[in-house]
Amino acid sequence: MAYNERVLDHYENPRNVGSLDKADPNVGTGLVGAPACGDVMKLQIRVGDDGLIKDAKFKTFGCGSAIASSSLVTEWVKGKTLDEAETLKNSQIAQHLALPPVKIHCSVLAEDAIKAAIADYRAKAAAKVEARKAS
Amino acid sequence: MNQVNGNGAVAMPARPNIVLPVYMDYQATTPCDPRVLEAMLPYFTEKFGNPHSRSHKYGWETEEAVEEARAQLADIIGADERDIIFTSGATESNNLALKGLAGFYRDRKDHIITVQTEHKCVLDSCRHLEQDGIKVTYMPVGADGLIDLDALAAAITKRTLVVSVMSVNNEIGVIQPIAEIGKLCRERGVFFHTDAAQAVGKIPLDVEAMNIDLMSISGHKFYGPKGIGALYVRRKPRVRLKAMIDGGGQERGMRSGTLPTPLCVGIGTAAALAKAEMPAENERLRRLQRRLYAGLAEAIPDVFVNGHLERRIPGNLNLSFAYVEGESLLMAIKDVAVSSGSACTSASLEPSYVLRALGVDVELAHTSIRFGIGRFTTEHEVDFVIECVLKHVGRLREMSPLWEMVQEGIDIKSINWAEH
Repeated sequence: MAYNERVLDHYENPRNVGSLDKADPNVGTGLVGAPACGDVMKLQIRVGDDGLIKDAKFKTFGCGSAIASSSLVTEWVKGKTLDEAETLKNSQIAQHLALPPVKIHCSVLAEDAIKAAIADYRAKAAAKVEARKAS
Repeated sequence: MNQVNGNGAVAMPARPNIVLPVYMDYQATTPCDPRVLEAMLPYFTEKFGNPHSRSHKYGWETEEAVEEARAQLADIIGADERDIIFTSGATESNNLALKGLAGFYRDRKDHIITVQTEHKCVLDSCRHLEQDGIKVTYMPVGADGLIDLDALAAAITKRTLVVSVMSVNNEIGVIQPIAEIGKLCRERGVFFHTDAAQAVGKIPLDVEAMNIDLMSISGHKFYGPKGIGALYVRRKPRVRLKAMIDGGGQERGMRSGTLPTPLCVGIGTAAALAKAEMPAENERLRRLQRRLYAGLAEAIPDVFVNGHLERRIPGNLNLSFAYVEGESLLMAIKDVAVSSGSACTSASLEPSYVLRALGVDVELAHTSIRFGIGRFTTEHEVDFVIECVLKHVGRLREMSPLWEMVQEGIDIKSINWAEH
């Protein structure tokens, strides 16, 4: 199978590979997929006091399209608000990377990963508010 | 000498005499040996006669060439040349063997025993026959990829027509206990068919000593041309088949059609060369296989061999690189031509059914790479591949969330993954 140039570019020069401290209250972590399915993505965001996504990192076990999808998402969400980042659709990823039908699930997983990271951050933030109220 | 990279561009050589990508997919196919090609060439042009023409020199000379090739091919499996039927390849041979037997004997015997790790063309032929009312038993294999002889003996019934077990597996290279299976089948009065596409020219085979009744052979797996194979069909005691292709009654009526003289000459020459060079070549390949295995499995952790390490042909090494998905590794090592058991390389998105049959974890099946080495593989190439694979497995593991979790001491199996 021949890969699209953009898939190859992200695969060979992945953006934002790495990890953020998942214990940091400003960091949201999304871990989606399953080893048995051949795809696991971990996507993390760090949100600034202004509500913007300051940093995003990923690690992915999966095919080239899965790596490219997660790399692309980290690039796209940086500098966005959580609400903006949440509107990201898998179809935009699939279209940008020209994924063939058998690889669409990679883009779905990347969308799930960013949504999970945002949800994790929001849960942490809500817990922090609760804790402040309680004390 | 300059090397050619994957894009076809010429780059400065990193090592002498290495053409990129390095070919390590010898189970998929092998290049035609130049000596084979040379023997074939005259039969495309000046010696073009129809080998079935009986009335002139053109036919006589090609008939003689075809019969010499038949004898060369028979010789490498210890057969009588009259028992060799030329076909288009092992897929056709497997189809003809199974469907042909069922077509002829089904009134008396309607049960086939085969193995879960057989090639798709055997399994698919069996599925086709099942739809026609034939019963099929698909034997499991052990973790080493080998079948259990007691279980096989227990599966044979009075209605069993044939046991079909491949000699060498195409993905993991393991060698089934062919002689023992043959003995068992002979004792129980059951035909024994073996798909020997990956075995001929690689391991010594003898249809008499091993009690083989039918054997499928493929030319391009042992440095012959593509488009030709053969089916060995025993005459004493006689095995009968219902033909699938009707016509002029060539090949004892079992496979009509004009024989492709150049291809016949090619497969015959390839067989003669393989037989002559087998002992020395196997020793050389075993050294390269060990070098490759040591270079990879001893250098980094969590590399697993799929299938029995010793009871396999020296030209195969199937390894799982835990925490690195196979297709992404294939993409990374683009200077190496190999194949993967990963789901992502198949249309079905299912990881290799062969590895699954061995009981390999689905996770590990996704991380498998098949290295196939052969006649033109050099030590330089093996070293290059080791270096390349180590570098990229390291890089991809650094990128793998699973590797990270394992380093942190998290048991991946304890996590409740959402399967998608």
